[in-house]
Amino acid sequence: MKFSLTWLGDHLDTDASVEQIAAKLNAIGLEVEGVEDAAAKLSGFTVAKVLTAERHPNADKLQVLSVDIGDGNPLQVVCGAPNARAGLVGVLGLPGAVVPAGGFELKKSAIRGVESNGMMCSTRELELGEDHDGIIELPADAPVGTPFAQYHGSDPVFDVAITPNRPDCMGVYGIARDLAAAGLGTLKPIAAQALPGSFACPMPIRTDDPAGCPAFFGRVIRGVKNGASPEWMQARLKSAGQRPISALVDITNYVMLAYGRPAHAYDLAKLSGAIFARRAQDGETCLALNGKEYTLDSAMTVIADDKGVHDIAGIMGGEHSGCSETTTDVLLEVAYFDPVRIGDTGRKLNLTSDARQRFERGVDPAFLDAGLELLTTLIVESCGGEPSEVIRAGEPPAGTKVVSYSPAMAETLGGVAIPDDQQRAILRALGFASDARWNVVVPSWRPDVDGAPDLVEEVVRIHGLDNVASVPLPRMDGVARPTATPAQKLERKVRRAAAARGLNEAVTWSFLPEAEAEHFAEGNGGLWVLENPISEDMKAMRPSLLPGLLSAAKRNLDRGASGLRLFELGRRYLRGDAGHSDERLTLGVVLAGEKTPRGWASGKAQSFDAFDAKGEALALLAEAGAPVDNLQVMGEAGPHFHPGQSGTLRLGPKVVLARFGMLHPATLKAFDVDGPVAAVELFLDAIPARKASGFARIAYAPPALQAVTRDFAFLVPVALPAGDLVRTVKGADKANVVSARLFDDFRGQGVPEGQKSLAVEVTLQPGDKSYDEAELKAIAERITTAAAKLGAVLRG
Amino acid sequence: MDYAATAQEAQARIAAAPDLDALEKLRVEFLGKQGSVSALLKTLGALSPEERQTVGPQIHALREGVTEALAIRKAALEQAELDARLAAEQVDLTLPAAQTPRGSIHPVSQVLDELAEIFADLGFSVATGPEIEDDWHNFTALNIPESHPARAMHDTFYFPDVDAEGRKMLLRTHTSPVQIRAMLQQGAPIRIIAPGRVYRSDSDATHTPMFHQVEGLVIDKGITLGHLKWTLETFLKAFFEREDIVLRLRPSYFPFTEPSVEVDVGFALVNGKRVLGGSGDAPGHGWMELLGSGMVGRKVIAAGGLDPDEWQGFAFGVGVDRLAMLKYGMDDLRAFFDGDARWLGHYGFSAFDVPTLSAGVGAGA
Repeated sequence: MKFSLTWLGDHLDTDASVEQIAAKLNAIGLEVEGVEDAAAKLSGFTVAKVLTAERHPNADKLQVLSVDIGDGNPLQVVCGAPNARAGLVGVLGLPGAVVPAGGFELKKSAIRGVESNGMMCSTRELELGEDHDGIIELPADAPVGTPFAQYHGSDPVFDVAITPNRPDCMGVYGIARDLAAAGLGTLKPIAAQALPGSFACPMPIRTDDPAGCPAFFGRVIRGVKNGASPEWMQARLKSAGQRPISALVDITNYVMLAYGRPAHAYDLAKLSGAIFARRAQDGETCLALNGKEYTLDSAMTVIADDKGVHDIAGIMGGEHSGCSETTTDVLLEVAYFDPVRIGDTGRKLNLTSDARQRFERGVDPAFLDAGLELLTTLIVESCGGEPSEVIRAGEPPAGTKVVSYSPAMAETLGGVAIPDDQQRAILRALGFASDARWNVVVPSWRPDVDGAPDLVEEVVRIHGLDNVASVPLPRMDGVARPTATPAQKLERKVRRAAAARGLNEAVTWSFLPEAEAEHFAEGNGGLWVLENPISEDMKAMRPSLLPGLLSAAKRNLDRGASGLRLFELGRRYLRGDAGHSDERLTLGVVLAGEKTPRGWASGKAQSFDAFDAKGEALALLAEAGAPVDNLQVMGEAGPHFHPGQSGTLRLGPKVVLARFGMLHPATLKAFDVDGPVAAVELFLDAIPARKASGFARIAYAPPALQAVTRDFAFLVPVALPAGDLVRTVKGADKANVVSARLFDDFRGQGVPEGQKSLAVEVTLQPGDKSYDEAELKAIAERITTAAAKLGAVLRG
Repeated sequence: MDYAATAQEAQARIAAAPDLDALEKLRVEFLGKQGSVSALLKTLGALSPEERQTVGPQIHALREGVTEALAIRKAALEQAELDARLAAEQVDLTLPAAQTPRGSIHPVSQVLDELAEIFADLGFSVATGPEIEDDWHNFTALNIPESHPARAMHDTFYFPDVDAEGRKMLLRTHTSPVQIRAMLQQGAPIRIIAPGRVYRSDSDATHTPMFHQVEGLVIDKGITLGHLKWTLETFLKAFFEREDIVLRLRPSYFPFTEPSVEVDVGFALVNGKRVLGGSGDAPGHGWMELLGSGMVGRKVIAAGGLDPDEWQGFAFGVGVDRLAMLKYGMDDLRAFFDGDARWLGHYGFSAFDVPTLSAGVGAGA
């Protein structure tokens, strides 16, 4: 809502300054988004008269003016405008003034060697219009020496954001009422006079859709002349950012903006038969005033005559039946439309208008007659003509409610004690009547108020939220208790562990291009795909954290990054039960480019490999509390991974805790990424919860006797996974073998074709006494026997 | 025999030994089994006690002198050898050490940890809910019925899907549905914050279609706007670690709160950047809209399965990204979600910057 100070003054008798009004508007919940003070903008510009105009001695197109600013000391001003001439009254910008267009400060200067003490301005320079062909020409009797702001009637303009619960404040009058209630002046009564009709309304009016249009009031005014609206009205409309069009159109706009009451004026000559509200027919069209054609359906209410639709009810009039300068007889429509219907229709048509905004929030159902009278009065004043009797088809809803209130609630809910009589006075000023038992009658213009808390809000906001004192929340005794859940603790720990391992946390979009999401969607039960994405790039919810990270890696590589270690901890979005989502906490890692740059000691740059991915996966799983020693490396990481250089980490055959490895070249190609990328995805939700076991660790003392290490080299079939051998060796003698570590994988010379040599370092921990040779031999025997079951033969 | 002269000669030869090998040869020559000094010692046994009285000490002195000279020379030669080796081992320590990558925590995560820490001290736990929500939790239960203009204001992303109850699925437009879920799950009294991703189909220089919010909810008996004001003041003072935070409460409208309050915070312009602190009405200061809040509406409490005659409370919501920007000085929201490693390195936090109350939750620049 934009309105000028003068306009506010039409309804509010106040001495308050612009600053005071703006502060009060903010304080009572009418947020001031800006105050445009044109007077401030035009300070330093003065009405001035050109006394003489001489050719500039050094320039053909310039003139040297002598300009009177009313103080008897004419100033010399250089001017290039073709219309500058002796006798012209215009606007002079003095040194120090800031030209609104361009924002530069005028200075006393010499132009081609001639001193100039200011600038005669065009309308464009003052942002008052587009004209830049010459300087402003004011009427010859304009008072020379008067500040131009004062002459021009520049008026501060408030821009106020109206919350959707306050349709009453979508008119200047409603804002004035709020300000008056807040003690900033006196509300002036609405000066609507009843103009009785002198003849029966010649146009039948009815509503055939009482649900969508419960009330349709109207009358004809005949013999009007639709010229320009009065200056005062034009000034007010301009302050609201509206372009004056013609008296009839301006008057309906003015009543809407001043009183929040939309209306429509039809050119009677363009209507035939009767005019009535009805449901649209499916597929029926209406060419609206914005020049666009809308296809309607039977859920929408329209205003039509016998021939067709003339108005998308409550939203926008039709192009064909609007008023023009040739209009002589006008039909006024003042109706009440169902707010829900208006909202639904507007959304469906994707059509917003000032009228829709008011109707869908709820106009005052008791203001139809008053609105019609205001319109009639203004039309007759400006356009002449003779009003008919009023036809009232249907009846608006009563719109009054009674709310049971307790003034104690100001304190028990609002946190501020306000004396009862003061509360009553505030409510009265806002139009709420209340009886001795605090049954409060809500005024018809406040559809938002339907309970006692609403009244608390009214009372507290007018009394002032500043008066609400801070009150500490009650606090438990002692130190604050821990609140994080196990899942939250895990998330925090893993995040910091990843960062401590040198990975950079990224946050990427939850949505992806559908094709990219599809690439990673394997086995996830179908993507969540948006109906109304903002772009095709943000369409499907991510089924994996890898595509977002991979795209981020690509952007980094494109910007010249050499090596990247990115991770993200967030949700992936799967299908759950009963049509709900299943959002699982996941950690993704992407390792791209160089692992180590070329170096004086390390030689050539090294790329990441699948074991880097495995290392991250195991380290982070360990931090997450997963039983990493029990995990098996298995296959089936998914089609986006390199089939020979990827795997899953599983707890048992089914529970997948992580997938890792090198990404598939086809995936890299699809993402347009050069060269090998290692990736990890940890499924944090799959990690079994640990039993809470207090803080004490399992008892432990380092063994007294030193551990013994023995190396075993086996020849095994090439296809045997090394991990199987290590697990078998480790399990061969659980009493003695505490660890088994593979340290060599050799194939080639000395190893038969189809076989490889795997060397394992086994650590043996003696218990009470040291091993003797026989014991060591027996242990070695058990290890080789167990390994033999895998086809492993001890190398000689 | 002139033992002293012999000793002198032997010591001179030992001192002149050029290396450890030569020294070893001299040791063998003098003190080895067949050595000349060893041979002299062996002669003692054949001497008479009187001769032994005179000759014995001289021979022993000779042996000790030789032994000592050998030890001294050996130490000197070893030192020289070590010096030579160390000199040869010298490296240029201006060469770079191997680089280890430096990881980082994203500012959003860091700020969420800070919020959790502050609110834990006030007795709030952290609650979560789904981002793919249904329209009942996101709108209807929050007193935003189907046709409410506020629903349109939310720029909602919808899915074509409905859930088993026929509710339209969408991306949550705010964290407020967690209020409903928390009340339904936990009952009352309740103190939670609910941080997370939220979505609006809005994209320009200052809006991204995805951003982070944190919701706060207190439901208890006798909770008023005064508690809300105190909680927000206390939180913001703790978060920004400034005692001069000044709030301005403005009446506003949210369908799910009544009364509704928008909260502005005072700031000063310092070198073109907004620095929170001081009254927005003070010279050189201004007010900035930061939070939406209010007393939870009766319908919302009822939708949460609680009796609004028994329970009341407040809720608030604030942009996490915005808090991060205000505190740590980033000025481009879009960069938060770009994953530029340079940005992450610059604005990110060390893994060890764990927010604690004792150290102050913020991490210094």
